[in-house]
Amino acid sequence: MSKLQLDNVNKQLGGLRILRDISLEIASGEFVVFVGPSGCGKSTLLRLIAGLESICAGDLLIDGRRVNDLEPRERGVGMVFQSYALYPHMSVYDNIGFGLKLAKTDKRSLRERVLETARVLQLDKLLQRKPKELSGGQRQRVAMGRAMAREPDILLFDEPLSNLDASLRVQMRNEIARLHASLGTTMIYVTHDQVEAMTLADKIVVLNAGRIEQVGSPRELYERPVSRFVAGFLGSPRMNFLPAQLLAPGLHSAISTPALGQLAALPFDSRALAAGSPLTLGIRPEHLSLQKASGDAGLRVVGVEYLGCETYVHLDVDQDEPLICRCAATAEWRHGDRAELRPEFAGLHLFDADGNCLPRQAAATASNPASALRQGCA
Amino acid sequence: MSLRLLKKTLLRLGFCVAIGILLLYAVFPFYYAVLTSLKPSSALFQVSYWLDKPDFSNYTAVLQQASFLQAIGNSVFVAICVVALALFLSLTAAYALGRVKFRGRGTVLLLVLGVSMFPQVAVLSGLFEVIRALGLYNSAWALILSYTIFTLPFTVWVLTTFIGQLPGELEEAAIMDGASPWVALTRVLLPLLWPALVTTGLLAFIAAWNEFLFALTFTLTDQERTVPVAIALISGGSQHELPWGLLMAASVIVTVPLVLLVLVFQRRIVSGLTTGALKG
Repeated sequence: MSKLQLDNVNKQLGGLRILRDISLEIASGEFVVFVGPSGCGKSTLLRLIAGLESICAGDLLIDGRRVNDLEPRERGVGMVFQSYALYPHMSVYDNIGFGLKLAKTDKRSLRERVLETARVLQLDKLLQRKPKELSGGQRQRVAMGRAMAREPDILLFDEPLSNLDASLRVQMRNEIARLHASLGTTMIYVTHDQVEAMTLADKIVVLNAGRIEQVGSPRELYERPVSRFVAGFLGSPRMNFLPAQLLAPGLHSAISTPALGQLAALPFDSRALAAGSPLTLGIRPEHLSLQKASGDAGLRVVGVEYLGCETYVHLDVDQDEPLICRCAATAEWRHGDRAELRPEFAGLHLFDADGNCLPRQAAATASNPASALRQGCA
Repeated sequence: MSLRLLKKTLLRLGFCVAIGILLLYAVFPFYYAVLTSLKPSSALFQVSYWLDKPDFSNYTAVLQQASFLQAIGNSVFVAICVVALALFLSLTAAYALGRVKFRGRGTVLLLVLGVSMFPQVAVLSGLFEVIRALGLYNSAWALILSYTIFTLPFTVWVLTTFIGQLPGELEEAAIMDGASPWVALTRVLLPLLWPALVTTGLLAFIAAWNEFLFALTFTLTDQERTVPVAIALISGGSQHELPWGLLMAASVIVTVPLVLLVLVFQRRIVSGLTTGALKG
């Protein structure tokens, strides 16, 4: 259980900058998840912390001690690999005890530690088996046991569940959460699965092209994304983005969008922008509701996905991607219907041309939705 | 229907005949060598393909020659040393070439392969100078050195391929467990490489056991000779007589250990070909 601190960490590989000026603090006992699209550098960042890759510039501190030049074993970290990487010729017992054996732990305490680790992970009955005689979930648990046996202060997970099938993945996810609660170890977890990220994390770090895009709790990231990238990355189906134009800059913004018409007094501070600036309006599928429109009014339904618990209705907005609206499963929309959109104003997001979220006026959110003007649908 | 059956039978028959021809072609020279070794010298030049009564006089005669026994001992020593040395060097080299990324890695591998294409005769005189300079002439170490040089490209190349196929995370897991590169190599990778080691080691052993040219050039006395040279130098009663029976008996004696070795390690060799299936 120790504090980890990254200070302007950079990584270059053959002229390619993989990580740029990463600064991050991870408190002791925290569960931190790195997410991002493939190639964003999240695994590299994890391997830098593990000590499997060297840091080109910047400092990595564990409990205030600079560990840049320390070997992995000296950093007090354990790692679970994506492919488990169990030693195929060793039994479960030897797999878990290998690190302890190399650390010259005496036989009795080695045995105690291995048995204790196995008990925590419910591997007691499998200790004499070889990895090839284990199921996927059991292998996963052995891999975790091997990382835990030396009682590291920080546990690292590199997409540990990506090789499991869906139901086992949910089960192992819960097990990892339970483990974190009972051990209290600092855990850093890399995944591209946003459900894992949302459910496990105390703190999510969204990475994009080698930079940290946003750090925050799952709720913060979902409800208050600072950029269009974060807004689009978290959530499934993803947030709808509509092109918009700024009508009147001010403490509260008025915008116009082809799909929703004019929206006034949105709680976003646009004083820094000129009238007419291009903007992007973001709205999540669950913040839209639909009403039957008469005649040719409203938007045309171009697709309906029925999922049992809910229905996604796709609407044509003259863009490459349709607008998606999350409706109750009982809603009876058909292809070709006309629908009128009712956005929830608290759920709107406004991004400038660079993809940054406009500063939000906290007080305005509550008082203004009623006065917001909606002038029909295009 | 019967036509199909006939066709099937004919095809099978043709297949069996083909196998028979191939087998005869491959095995006959060895069969004839064994046959010759079991004939008394008086019956040597009567051509026959069957033996009525085996005669072991050639074997007893060969085994009574002290120089021949000495040669067998030398061969065993040389071959074992070559295998041990070549496996150790190639394993460590293959670890570097297969695992560590460094500039010029591809060049080194190509160089290794290129060197192995030179015929022995081409390097004979140069190597002779090296061995003279090292003071190894007429000693088993001269052979061990030269055989290792010729075996290494092959063993390095094969083991590099094998190590490259092992998952990289395995070694990283060992590093996370606190293993040094040497420990990772010997305790984690080596156990998975056994089949490859057995295969390459066996081939290196056979090469060292059968080598003739270097053995003839770099040794002078009976005390240092290896088996192939010793066999070639077995002479008959007069200058114009070649003691075929003795030659064949000696050849059979030195081939049997190889056949036994292959049989013992046969299962290892086969599993060496499927080692990729063992992923953890």
